[in-house]
Amino acid sequence: MKSRLITLANAAAVFAALLAIWQLVLWIFHVPPYMLPSPWAVARAVVSRFPSLVGALAITTAEAGGGLIASVAVGVVIALMFAQSRWVRRMLYPYTILLQTVPIVAIAPLILMWVGAGTAAVTLIAFIISLAPVIANTTQGLISVEENLVHLFLMHNASPSQLLFKLRLPHAVPSLFVGIRIASGIAVIGAITGELYAGSSRVGQGGLGYSILYASSQLQTDYLFALVLAATVLGFAFFFLVMFLEWYFLHRWHESARTSEAE
Amino acid sequence: MTEDFAVPEVKLAGVSKSYGGRLVLDAMDLCVAKGDFVTLIGPSGCGKSTVLKLISGLTAASAGTIQVDGMLSRNARQTISYIFQDATLLPWRTVRQNVGLGLELEGVTARKREQKTAALLDLVGLSHVAKAYPRELSGGMKMRVSIARALATSPRLLLMDEPFAALDEMARDRLNEELLRLRDEQKWTAVFVTHSVAEAVFLSTRIVVLAPNPGRIHAVLPVGLPWPRTAALRTAPGFESLVARVSHALREALTS
Repeated sequence: MKSRLITLANAAAVFAALLAIWQLVLWIFHVPPYMLPSPWAVARAVVSRFPSLVGALAITTAEAGGGLIASVAVGVVIALMFAQSRWVRRMLYPYTILLQTVPIVAIAPLILMWVGAGTAAVTLIAFIISLAPVIANTTQGLISVEENLVHLFLMHNASPSQLLFKLRLPHAVPSLFVGIRIASGIAVIGAITGELYAGSSRVGQGGLGYSILYASSQLQTDYLFALVLAATVLGFAFFFLVMFLEWYFLHRWHESARTSEAE
Repeated sequence: MTEDFAVPEVKLAGVSKSYGGRLVLDAMDLCVAKGDFVTLIGPSGCGKSTVLKLISGLTAASAGTIQVDGMLSRNARQTISYIFQDATLLPWRTVRQNVGLGLELEGVTARKREQKTAALLDLVGLSHVAKAYPRELSGGMKMRVSIARALATSPRLLLMDEPFAALDEMARDRLNEELLRLRDEQKWTAVFVTHSVAEAVFLSTRIVVLAPNPGRIHAVLPVGLPWPRTAALRTAPGFESLVARVSHALREALTS
């Protein structure tokens, strides 16, 4: 507990130092506010534009969250299929890599054309971009079960479904969480990037990405900074939520819990 | 008990095994009688673990026949339990759930499972950690859970592949004594693999010394030490001389 407080205090001190440097830069170099607003101006923008900021945050949260949940659900199903045979993996795994390597900016116009602008398109982009790490990590967890454990199950004449649900799937849970942790960050980035292209079906309403684009075009730099701050907070929130879930499900039995205890 | 010994529990006739064209076991004949405690000992690569896998049906023989209680080993799995070198516990299950795993897979009802696992945990002295997870246990305790799990399905044949190899000598000696106590109570037949000559002599009714390249039987040594066997046996003169005989046979096997 004490060490956590020290960590928090350290983080707060670094944050305060960064704010001080920021303000100093403004004073020393006389940077105009439309180029770099002061921390105080950003704070004022957060307060004065709070309802629209929260609205944009809520939209992006829903899109990134929806994309992430869908990628976990679909990713686990695909991983279960991949785990069934090496042949299936060899045939279909390259397409997973394709998901990871195709730049989202290249396919965003296509998605926009197929689904139309708005939440559905952005959620789809967040889903596509966060799917690969879930598939890759879960598949790895499913197929890397120790041979003797499989033999143990075979000695009891375990059925294929018993092997899958009582051995492979629980064994893959820690790997699944690694995948979700990576995917959670990517989903937020994907949603914001998606909003730059397909952010809103109605003018003036959209998530953080759309609002960033809008604020930039209006030279509302203080609000733009407030939006970037909100995007960072959202990324952290996703990451810590996944960390909490990982701890909740694994802390009683998994070695990672022992490592964190030892630390 | 003597009349039971005349009926073979395990019979290997001319069994060979090759992996990728390399012969690892050559025309092995071995008969294990009911109630026997046979230990396979030999240098690394002589096919000890392969013999256990063949008996269990986890791998198929390249030549020869294997029978367990008159059946093909694959069909006799319900009567066999296998204890591996490491405890092979499922880390996401509690001790109690691990012990009940085999029963669960075989469709035994939750109530019967509960009764059986409670009795077995009592038998191996682990009732106080029934709700603990494997990561909270010592190496010796994990192995006792593994033994309890193997005994849960009431096997007639127990196959053990160096189960105590990773433990320190004191823990190994204690578990050896515990294993014999359990055997006295439950009367199973055992095929045991070890690298420790003293362990082989202490536990066995017969010791089969294997020679390597390819694996084959070099010598079969009966162990005529008295039962029940306790810790005091390890300092008895007969024990020491048997250890010396087995060690000599092992050295011969290496050069044969």
